[in-house]
Amino acid sequence: MADIDQSKIRNFCIVAHIDHGKSTLADRIIEKTGLLTSREMQDQVLDNMELERERGITIKAQAVRTVYKARDGEEYIFNLIDTPGHVDFNYEVSRSLAACDGAILVVDAAQGIEAQTLANVYLALDHNLDVFPVINKIDLPSAQPDKVKEEIEDVIGIEAQDAPLISAKNGIGIEEVLEAIVQKIPAPAGDADAPLKALIFDSVYDPYKGVIVFVRLKEGRVKKGTVIKMMATGASEEVVEVGYFGAGQFIPCEELSAGMVGYITASIKNVKDTAVGDTVTDKNRPCAEPLPGYKKVNSMVYCGMYPADGAKYPDLRDALEKLQLNDASLNYEPETSVALGFGFRCGFLGLLHLEIVQERLEREYNLDLVTTAPGVVYKVHKTNGEVIELTNPSNLPDASEIDYMEEPIVSAEIMVTTEFIGPIMELCQERRGRYLGMEYMEETRALLRYELPLNEIIYDFFDALKSRSRGYASFDYDLKGYEESKLVKLDILINREEVDALSFIVHGDSAYERGRKMCEKLKDEIPRHLFEIPIQAAVGGKIIARETVKAMRKDVLAKCYGGDITRKKKLLEKQKEGKKRMRQIGNVEIPQKAFMSVLKLDDKK
Amino acid sequence: MDRSEAFGIYIHIPFCVRKCQYCDFLSAPASEPVQEAYLDALKEEIAGQAPQHVHRKVSSIYIGGGTPSAVPPQALCSVLQTLYTHYNVRSDAEISMEMNPGTVTREGLKQYRQAGINRVSIGLQSAHDRELRLLGRIHSLEDFLRTYEAVRDAGFRNVNVDVMAALPGQSVEDYEDTLRTLLALSPIPEHISAYSLIIEEGTPFFERYGKEKETLEKTGEAQPDLPSEEAERQMDKRTRQMLYKAGYHRYEISNYSLAGYECRHNKGCWRREDYAGFGLGAASLLDNVRSRNCTDLQSYLHKKDKVMERAVLSAEEQMEEFMFLGLRLTKGVDREKFRRCFGVPMEEVYGDVLRENEEKGLLHVGRRVALSSRGRDVANYIMAGFLL
Repeated sequence: MADIDQSKIRNFCIVAHIDHGKSTLADRIIEKTGLLTSREMQDQVLDNMELERERGITIKAQAVRTVYKARDGEEYIFNLIDTPGHVDFNYEVSRSLAACDGAILVVDAAQGIEAQTLANVYLALDHNLDVFPVINKIDLPSAQPDKVKEEIEDVIGIEAQDAPLISAKNGIGIEEVLEAIVQKIPAPAGDADAPLKALIFDSVYDPYKGVIVFVRLKEGRVKKGTVIKMMATGASEEVVEVGYFGAGQFIPCEELSAGMVGYITASIKNVKDTAVGDTVTDKNRPCAEPLPGYKKVNSMVYCGMYPADGAKYPDLRDALEKLQLNDASLNYEPETSVALGFGFRCGFLGLLHLEIVQERLEREYNLDLVTTAPGVVYKVHKTNGEVIELTNPSNLPDASEIDYMEEPIVSAEIMVTTEFIGPIMELCQERRGRYLGMEYMEETRALLRYELPLNEIIYDFFDALKSRSRGYASFDYDLKGYEESKLVKLDILINREEVDALSFIVHGDSAYERGRKMCEKLKDEIPRHLFEIPIQAAVGGKIIARETVKAMRKDVLAKCYGGDITRKKKLLEKQKEGKKRMRQIGNVEIPQKAFMSVLKLDDKK
Repeated sequence: MDRSEAFGIYIHIPFCVRKCQYCDFLSAPASEPVQEAYLDALKEEIAGQAPQHVHRKVSSIYIGGGTPSAVPPQALCSVLQTLYTHYNVRSDAEISMEMNPGTVTREGLKQYRQAGINRVSIGLQSAHDRELRLLGRIHSLEDFLRTYEAVRDAGFRNVNVDVMAALPGQSVEDYEDTLRTLLALSPIPEHISAYSLIIEEGTPFFERYGKEKETLEKTGEAQPDLPSEEAERQMDKRTRQMLYKAGYHRYEISNYSLAGYECRHNKGCWRREDYAGFGLGAASLLDNVRSRNCTDLQSYLHKKDKVMERAVLSAEEQMEEFMFLGLRLTKGVDREKFRRCFGVPMEEVYGDVLRENEEKGLLHVGRRVALSSRGRDVANYIMAGFLL
């Protein structure tokens, strides 16, 4: 195969606020460039995971290669890398960006710039990408393309007057976007004859091929037989196959060279050997320096994950290992709980990320999980000068050993239409927010800036924001740092026994309120037993709230079913089945979902 | 199993005058031609099944419903005639039928007697007309008293009356009134079935009280309409006390009788004795095969094979049934009989469950295993533990 002319390659991604039509535009690009016929098109081709299609969001970065015959008569290779839009997945965005030379910014013609539009554009600009905007959904009655163009120029400061006006959904203006890609996205640079230097931007595990590594070649070339070396982990292997990405499939090819995006398989068995962000080089002719990789983000939210069936612990470990390969922002380490047995403390980018990982473990790996209440990372300064990063509330040292504690604070930007400024400010106040300022984007929209403790926003802040602004507010945040705070550990006692998996850290001022709600919630979740069960909340050994699950007085069928014994047996079986989904703590059976109860405490009814 | 052993027969009459508000049995009002067609099919089924039972003797017959007395007495009696023609019915067989007040005449009762019925079960449910109306019953207390008198006058010496506890709006005193009414009868009924109202899905009561039932099950506390668990248990306790004083004994969770009047058919069911069910949706247990007829009237009328479900019970399933059915009886289950039936000691299969429940004071474990009085309150909890 002849060398591919670098000047005919375009590596790009699409960035947007959630729901502005990023995935739909990706579909149209793939469709128009003829990789798939219209008949073969399924909605959201790039959203492979069942979960993505169901939720209508993109979780994983995906890549696809298509060929476009431009108006200048030349054929161009497009490598489109799809990115997630949710604030939780900035890390994924960052990975995709590193493989690209440019980005298309999609902005909704009716909604204009939103908080994540800004966040994603800044990320792209940080990666030195050329960004050009397209205005989507211009066929909506409420579309105001001119106003949005001005907004883009004013707020972001990029040229928007000749932005293509499109409707990805209805296929309007897609040609223009394709031409813009050719003209505005730079061709890759890089010497194909230099030593191999390629960035790993993703990887998946395949039971037949082993680990499949997704790479962007910056310099050099790689083909079957090349002995490659991972510069960070030091692992080396002979390449078995190289290729590029069809829609949902891997298409082998002869060689990958500088500027190209593709995959490598090298019978890599150990998933840990291929760290996303690492540089791949030729073992026999290594490059001098690895690529900078990209900033690894730290997990912001932690929770315990335990197999419902203790015997499935090794399965959970394998599943997490495989999942991490596909999701570098997930981290985990083993832990033990008195109540739940052996499991893992897992770190996530945010609550949505947590939920997605949980769902993937349950669906793709068929695991039944018990998840404990999510928390953030606290810094505990001990009197002896030691500082502990606390991810599991159970590990909090005795109060006498603690000098003070710090909690993570984020700076948040909330974009909201002016009529909802009041309710949103009130919400931030309730969540211990510190008001920093407000800017008007235009007459009817404002950008509110707040500092908020992370533990106040991880649970349901996003939902509360949406409900108090009737869906009009958008939100983005960045970790700002740590601040000293009056924090206490809230313990829950069930039938006078402390249940470690239910403990959580809370601000001293809201301990009573939280404890009370937690007891109420648990009273609701725990079925009645043959004996009375007290449920208590305690701080530092002092009981601050109590509820009681009354004893079951009666559980008998005083009815004759006319000899239909089968029906009676079914009732008993249902009862027995119910018991199986319980965790035995002392002599109390606790339903597994009770361990997530703390999440539902803030429900405003 | 010994093929010459006696067995019971159940006959289902799926018709009534009007469906009660709480009823989830297979029953509905029907026109006379439909009833006739049904009874013809029923007789055909009874006759058709006879060959496989030639070696056995029938020790009990139970005609249930619906309201068996809602079909013309002559028609019902002809069903019995069919049975007598094709089956070997013991001369001392217990032959029961259910009836509702207001659906029987003195003439009809005479016919039942002549056809061999020797035990009748009258559905009173409550002695308060307000409660009767609420339940959607078609009769008043007055109707019951007249029927009871007529039943006695017709010469029936073995009579059961059904009553119900835990009705919407019912207080413990209201319920006691119903029991007192029974105990004031002369003579008192030989048998009393005391059930608790169960709000079943698919009934008008479920529409009305389903939500309350759910909360009641969760909290045990009294609802606007439904009495609390505590009150329901109090009603159960009062039943035991009042009936005991009047000479009854409780031989099963919901059944009381004077000495020698336990319902043979009922007991057979809990002891896993064989019975053949005929009619719409009727269930059978024959040689450890449980089967059930179809529940759709048109299919029943026109299909040759009326069986809808059939399950051969494994040894495990037989053990489970032995336990959870047998424990409904006050005397409980016989350990020696268990060993005889299954060839293993009960201890070997259920040692842990027995010990655990004995420690909690829910089971008496001796030569027989039986529910304690506390155990009776939470029988389902205990019985579920015996599922393997």
